[in-house]
Amino acid sequence: MSILTKALLLVAALGLAACNNPDRNGASGANGANGANGGIDSMALGDPNDPNSVAYFNQTIGDKVLFAVDQSTLTPEGRAVLQGQAQWILAHPGVTAVIEGHADEQGTREYNIGLSDKRANAARDFLISQGVAAERMVTVPYGKERPLAICSDEACYAQNRRAVTVLQAGAGV
Amino acid sequence: MRLTAPLARAALLALSLILPAAANAAPLRIVIDSGVIEPLPFAAPAFVDEGGAGDLAARITSVVAADLAGTGLFREIGPEAHIAQISSFGAPVAYSDWQAINAQALVTGAVSASGGQINVKFRVYDVFSGAELGQGMQFAGSEGSWRRMAHKVADAVYSRITGEGGYFDSRVVYVAESGPKNARLKQLAVMDYDGANIQYLTDNSALVLAPRFSPGGERILFTSYATGFPQIYLMSAADLSVQALDQQDGTMTFAPRFSPDGQSVVFSLARGGNTDIYTLNIGSGQLTQLTNSPAIETAPSYSPDGTRIVFESDRSGAQQIYVMSSGGGEPVRISNGKGRYGTPVWSPRGDMVAFTKQNEGRFHIGVMLTDGTEERLLTSSFLDEGPTWAPNGRVIMFTRQGAGEGGEAGLFSVDITGRNLRQIATEGPASDPAWSPLLP
Repeated sequence: MSILTKALLLVAALGLAACNNPDRNGASGANGANGANGGIDSMALGDPNDPNSVAYFNQTIGDKVLFAVDQSTLTPEGRAVLQGQAQWILAHPGVTAVIEGHADEQGTREYNIGLSDKRANAARDFLISQGVAAERMVTVPYGKERPLAICSDEACYAQNRRAVTVLQAGAGV
Repeated sequence: MRLTAPLARAALLALSLILPAAANAAPLRIVIDSGVIEPLPFAAPAFVDEGGAGDLAARITSVVAADLAGTGLFREIGPEAHIAQISSFGAPVAYSDWQAINAQALVTGAVSASGGQINVKFRVYDVFSGAELGQGMQFAGSEGSWRRMAHKVADAVYSRITGEGGYFDSRVVYVAESGPKNARLKQLAVMDYDGANIQYLTDNSALVLAPRFSPGGERILFTSYATGFPQIYLMSAADLSVQALDQQDGTMTFAPRFSPDGQSVVFSLARGGNTDIYTLNIGSGQLTQLTNSPAIETAPSYSPDGTRIVFESDRSGAQQIYVMSSGGGEPVRISNGKGRYGTPVWSPRGDMVAFTKQNEGRFHIGVMLTDGTEERLLTSSFLDEGPTWAPNGRVIMFTRQGAGEGGEAGLFSVDITGRNLRQIATEGPASDPAWSPLLP
């Protein structure tokens, strides 16, 4: 199966699963693509105290890693979070992931797409190094189009320079 | 009535300013490259209704005057100051009446309408030389295109006085924005250069970025997340039909621009976290890789003769501007000042490159010669980016984004000397403008 076909399957899965991640902010980009803005969430968040829940992955392990200004190199903290993500994903073979790359607004639009693509791939490559099959992940560069925090100073910019692992109830592609 | 002394002196002073100009009778001319200039005063009395035109005559006149005054190079002397009245397009011009109010240029016109068709005639006069500037012209077309005919009149006047090509009869494609900053909705729209006649080209269901006109203006390239991933698309401006370009497995594409012959697209392709520049021949589907480095290489733009491509790369460690042959090969860095340089766009005249510069927390729109010399910053704000050239290469439009939660994007224009910064009125927030060629 080609990578693009897999990607499209993942997007299709995403359309069904809709947004299970309260911090995603990429919803209207990816879901809107399928005209699935009103898609029904078929993947329960669950109890954050349940280690098998998506909520546990998002909140306790952490679904996102942050980057320094104009950098795509993982920080030690980011690696630790991704190690936790890898263990969880390996223990839940029915799950796939869309890894979103994001940038803060201090950059030109096209450059930020390239930069956020590097960030998403840095996270993906690390997850692969931890044993997660490449076929279970796709990346999407959002540039500065989907900020998480909307003030215009470093307190917000630091949160926006991120790679977010968005779990999908995929059958594994 | 006797003049008080100060007024009399003022009148004498005014005469002394006017008389040498009249005596020299230098040709009416604005040179746009010059330093600080005083806008040239002109009069545009209401175009004469020669039958059936109704208020169209006045509306056309006001668009002509707004086009000229909007450049910052001209200043209108309003009808309240006019001494002479133009009641017949063919009547001799009373130059002394226009000299008396110091109108250096006079634009007269006439409009007739019948059966949904209108005819617009105009003449331009060099008031202090007492002669017509160029020859009278007329345009005919449908009543619905009255604004275009007004723009064509203004283009002709602008062109005769500045010696530059016009740019008023042109359109701008852009991204119309709505919604909060963290869930912005975007859709493609097109408008006249002055913000009139807005038409939406897509809905806002998918994120869209950076539309670009083809050299003839009949097609539009853009980037959309319609599949969930950024990909470049080609739209027909006539029927809005959309075709996906380049469907390479495992890649994402963005930042497209046409080649000057309209046959190819140059764009960025990202694969596995690395962004390089490619061209795609639209007809044959032939894909060619032009750069190959681990750096982020994007925002490519052809020279008007098609032989070179200017683009940005962070291969030196930060965004800088490079020029390479249109076939690829070793690029030459042309940006050398402080800060980061991105989004280069080659001028339609071929003489300059416009760019976005980031330095010390500010964004600027600037221009430089194509070898990187004579850099000149035209604007400064929290966030200015993405310049696009007017068809005559004398004016630049760009996106200005406000700071913070309520910070909205808008379209602004500035001339290449840094004068006449203006916001273009749009129906809502707007970004990523791209200017069309001059319409036929």
